[in-house]
Amino acid sequence: MDVKIPDNELEVITVSDLLKRVLELKKSGFRFSQANAALIDGKLELSYSFSDYENYALHTLRIVADTGEEIPSITQIIPAAVFYENEMKELFGARIMLIDTDLNDRLYRIRQKTPFGKKETEAE
Amino acid sequence: MGKRSVIPFGPQHPVLPEPIHIDLVVEDEKVVEAIPSIGFVHRGLESLAEKKDFNQMVYVAERTCGICSFQHGMGYCESVEHIFGVEVPRRARFLRTIWAELSRMHSHLLWLGLLADGFGYENLFYQCWRIREKILDLHELTAGGRLIFSVNKVGGVTKDIEKEKLEEILRTLDEADDELRVIRSVFFEDRTVLSRLKGVGVLSKEQINELGAVGPFARASGVRVDMRMLGYAAYNELSFIPIVSNDGDCYARCFIRMMELFQSIKLIREAIGKIPEEKEIEVPVKGNPDGEYFMRVEQPRGEAFYYVKASGKPLLDRMRIRTPTFANIPALCEMLKSSEIADVGLLVLTIDPCISCTER
Repeated sequence: MDVKIPDNELEVITVSDLLKRVLELKKSGFRFSQANAALIDGKLELSYSFSDYENYALHTLRIVADTGEEIPSITQIIPAAVFYENEMKELFGARIMLIDTDLNDRLYRIRQKTPFGKKETEAE
Repeated sequence: MGKRSVIPFGPQHPVLPEPIHIDLVVEDEKVVEAIPSIGFVHRGLESLAEKKDFNQMVYVAERTCGICSFQHGMGYCESVEHIFGVEVPRRARFLRTIWAELSRMHSHLLWLGLLADGFGYENLFYQCWRIREKILDLHELTAGGRLIFSVNKVGGVTKDIEKEKLEEILRTLDEADDELRVIRSVFFEDRTVLSRLKGVGVLSKEQINELGAVGPFARASGVRVDMRMLGYAAYNELSFIPIVSNDGDCYARCFIRMMELFQSIKLIREAIGKIPEEKEIEVPVKGNPDGEYFMRVEQPRGEAFYYVKASGKPLLDRMRIRTPTFANIPALCEMLKSSEIADVGLLVLTIDPCISCTER
């Protein structure tokens, strides 16, 4: 079998570069794969992964943001990101602005607000 | 333009195996918009990473889904193994491949049965599930469990499959192969089946790429994507090319999954033929993981994505699973637009939705 050994690249960018890099990756043939968040040392790490299915390369954009920082939605460029952004907003409290279809914390019907976000004891 | 009204579909519906709710905006009998909502069975499995150590998380990952349980465990273990930089023994990699393909077979047979039931062909449903029982019996024979059998561990597998049991797998696959050929002709040639599937719910390759769909759903529209091409487990030592169709309709999705059953049989036969005689099925893994890794595996429903981040402690900083159904919902909603309301149930089924898996 012709095994693909892909590049697995992680690129750390600033919040202001997010839309530009997403657009560039899309134009260069990458397809959106997933987005996820992690709360590390009180900061949000948001990762947006893109795949090139010709050679199975994976390129991940990483932004590190303060919990209250506004992050632009990529759904105008990548419609498929709508559930991922709603998830990051609902579970982590990421302030993602202008999501194409903002479900207003109703993606998962859970009682706890932002269960993965900053806990009250950690709040500033 | 006819009068618009909204029809709620689900979360409880005869064709739905699991709960998803879709608000269907209809004009007469035509769907013009579909607005999904999930969240009825959210379990918070990822948050258990705050309480369970990275070894215990194998069991949590396996419980993400009852159907692709084995593959969830394998995907998680492979991501942690990458962080550790350990090389799993070759026999363990082949064992993982055999169980992964058996899991694919029982999942596809389950889906084919549900599809047959969805278009009202109960006898065909029973035939599919009868063959599926044989595959579940093989799970029980080799691993002791029928659906969730916890044989993965970080560094390898916990159980070996003895020679006699490998021979039993081959015997059962011969039987399943013959029986599948009979039901294949019904799925591919029966007039009633064709009238429900041909030309229904068509999505183009461009739409699939734009909406990020994966798995047999994407391959049915000509997108040549299958994570087994990455060569994880023992796929790098087997002959494999993705099965693709260009029709993009319900029939093509059925065709892909049916042909993948035969492909799985071929892969298992090849893996059993090549499995090394060595005794080692695991390597010791010492310490705690430190680093992060994105792992992709091809589950029966498509590409599953595992993200593990650790900082040298027993508890992980983050464990995230992106299931195939999560990626397929936007394309499902697009497909429902302009469909007939009578086809909605069947269209939802053709993405092989696994909602519990999606909600983790």
